[in-house]
Amino acid sequence: MARINEKRHLTPVTKLFVVAAPLVARNACPGQFVILRVNESGERVPISITNFDREAGTITIVVQEVGKTSSLICALEEGDEILDFAGPLGQPAPLPESGHVILVGGGFGAGAIYPLARELRRRGVRVSALVGARNQALLILGDLLEPASDDYHVCTDDGSLGYKGFVTGRLEELLNDGAGFTHCFAIGPMPMMRAVAEVTRRYGLTTMVSLDPIMVDGTGMCGACRVTVNGRTQFACVDGPFFDAHEVNFDEAVVRSKMYVDEEKLAAELAGAGR
Amino acid sequence: MPLIYPKKTEMPCADPADRRASWDEVALGYTAERALAEARRCLQCQEPLCEQGCPVNVPIRDFVWRVALKDFEGAARTIRTKNILPAICGRVCPVEHQCEQLCVVLGKQEPVAIGRLERFVADWERRHGSGAAAAPVERRPEKVAIIGSGPAGLTAASDLALLGYQVTIFEALHAIGGVLRYGIPEFRLPKAIVDEDTQRLQEMGVEFERNVIVGKTVTIDQLTTEMGYAAVFVGTGAGSPKFMNIPGENLKGVYSANEFLTRVNLMRAYTFPESDTPVRKPRRAAVVGAGDTAMDAVRASIRLGAEEAHIVYRRSEEEMGARAEDYRRAVEEGAIFDWLTLPKRFLGDEQGWVTGVECLRMELGEPDESGRRRPVPIEGSEFTMDVNLVVIALGTNPNPLIPRTTYGLEIDPHGCIVADPETGATSREGVFAGGDIVTGAATVILAMGAGRRAATAVHEYLQEKATGPDGDVARSERPIRKKASAKPRPSAEHVDW
Repeated sequence: MARINEKRHLTPVTKLFVVAAPLVARNACPGQFVILRVNESGERVPISITNFDREAGTITIVVQEVGKTSSLICALEEGDEILDFAGPLGQPAPLPESGHVILVGGGFGAGAIYPLARELRRRGVRVSALVGARNQALLILGDLLEPASDDYHVCTDDGSLGYKGFVTGRLEELLNDGAGFTHCFAIGPMPMMRAVAEVTRRYGLTTMVSLDPIMVDGTGMCGACRVTVNGRTQFACVDGPFFDAHEVNFDEAVVRSKMYVDEEKLAAELAGAGR
Repeated sequence: MPLIYPKKTEMPCADPADRRASWDEVALGYTAERALAEARRCLQCQEPLCEQGCPVNVPIRDFVWRVALKDFEGAARTIRTKNILPAICGRVCPVEHQCEQLCVVLGKQEPVAIGRLERFVADWERRHGSGAAAAPVERRPEKVAIIGSGPAGLTAASDLALLGYQVTIFEALHAIGGVLRYGIPEFRLPKAIVDEDTQRLQEMGVEFERNVIVGKTVTIDQLTTEMGYAAVFVGTGAGSPKFMNIPGENLKGVYSANEFLTRVNLMRAYTFPESDTPVRKPRRAAVVGAGDTAMDAVRASIRLGAEEAHIVYRRSEEEMGARAEDYRRAVEEGAIFDWLTLPKRFLGDEQGWVTGVECLRMELGEPDESGRRRPVPIEGSEFTMDVNLVVIALGTNPNPLIPRTTYGLEIDPHGCIVADPETGATSREGVFAGGDIVTGAATVILAMGAGRRAATAVHEYLQEKATGPDGDVARSERPIRKKASAKPRPSAEHVDW
């Protein structure tokens, strides 16, 4: 059981939770994730770690309501307990010791790039952050991310704040302006990560993406999360979540992520009817 | 001497037609009358060979004698001196390769049904609530960490708790039992039994830490230093599924047996949408492999509604690894066995769903290094099976989390931890290991045997350590480690691809 110390409403559908999980916080590293379960009949779902505080013994996560389980999590309040909270899982992000890193966060992925920015800054690596959302109201965690980066770029699909268009448009502008990036890390929805990979491939920019395929145990036991990277099957939970974006078979990853769309729809409908 | 009936007393079973749609336990167990009849078939040998076939040395002759005397409580007590999980072993032990294989009446007639009797006694004890947890005679100050709550870990924990140690079991998942929980289905091992055995350990003072992934949440180094554990036993099992590396394996609807069974057993996907975890609804299922896990998977797919459920195996019935009883039950339930059949690739539709398996027919050639006749493909024998669910049950590799994160732990080329087969001692002082993480995928009872031997070795180690520096010198002069790889790997019957 892990107690929720703090809850913040980032957007109408995106919530931030600071969770008391001292054991998880103690060994957590940037880029790792947790698996949690909210009730006895609940699924095990992987969620990126947005922040960790070893001294306070807390893990911060950001959850966006997309289906039944994420809605159940978002309905939890301060003081509530999360039934199962396991981690940190996955390999830490393979961050460089020097250079200039561009971190790209799409949607709720903007939270997940924060611990990378924090660690890169600690290492003395220059950090540019690039975040995007559909509109200004859906942009999250600028207050956390902006001070943690050397420069901070915002994109909205409707132009309500910052660059009008997708993160890839702004990324290309920066690359054309000779920003001098040495590495790129992208976290967000699959289409966004895939689009980023296509752009950086053209510029020969080393790029890592954080894949979040369907998982069950998260410890390498089941293989639900297998992804093909450079023609080889890898388990995202123990070999990832970060993989070379230019080697990932995104076609397969997208198809596999839709394995249970019908079941997810049914579960969400039934949950909605029960409200 | 009474006239001995040549056959085992039958154990009542649910009707196969009803079983196809029910997750309830299939084998119903002996009545007292049947147990008495069966126990009286035992010759009460002067030197009971059967006991040599038991990896945890259950006093078989004596407990069967107690049953024959109708002293069921005494029988339970007798079993419990050596086996803390009799209700589980009585259900899942491959008795035909162990105790029953050595029964002296075998050859002339069927052996005494030791497994069924063990199950009867354990169930009688459960019903009569007399299986109270034993209390340790003394309390010892040392803390011992057990990693993994499967059969090896539960047995080691029980033995060490009885010796008075402060035992904590660390489990990566949210539920206790390891393979007993996620691997073996309800219809073969009701989870209420695993719950009861867990409860009993708790009453003995064993602590359970769920959701702790050793190697991630904490490392073994942290356990032995800052967290103050004097010794560690690693019983994490062979948890990493093998795939075939053939085209189409990552299509939707192709599962590892671990994933398929974890969804069904641990996450109760068969109750979806009551439980939130779904599983592909099979129409025609193909399970690749023919070990115990394959039988569980094919029988689970029948219960999930498959009109046809196939076992696809490249060898023949002869070489199959599954327990005879589970094979028979799968046949009764309508599983179709495609012997001498090798999947070449999986075929899919535009949405990425698996729609078929292209297979080759095989014939048996000369014996291979395992001593079994090698299957050889028949040229031009390709054919396609129409399926919408595939389960790959070809065995498992050791889970890499602990080997990757533990300094100074010797690992063999298969990824198994190198441990002394007698003591479980590893290359790291104070760290012991046993079960599938050492041997590769094997059986519940072999893992329990390893857990027991390691518990004894942990006790010796801690006692020597407590005697001071002299004890340390004595230990360092003694060879504590032998190559485990020298002994035959019991994995052959399960990992037989």
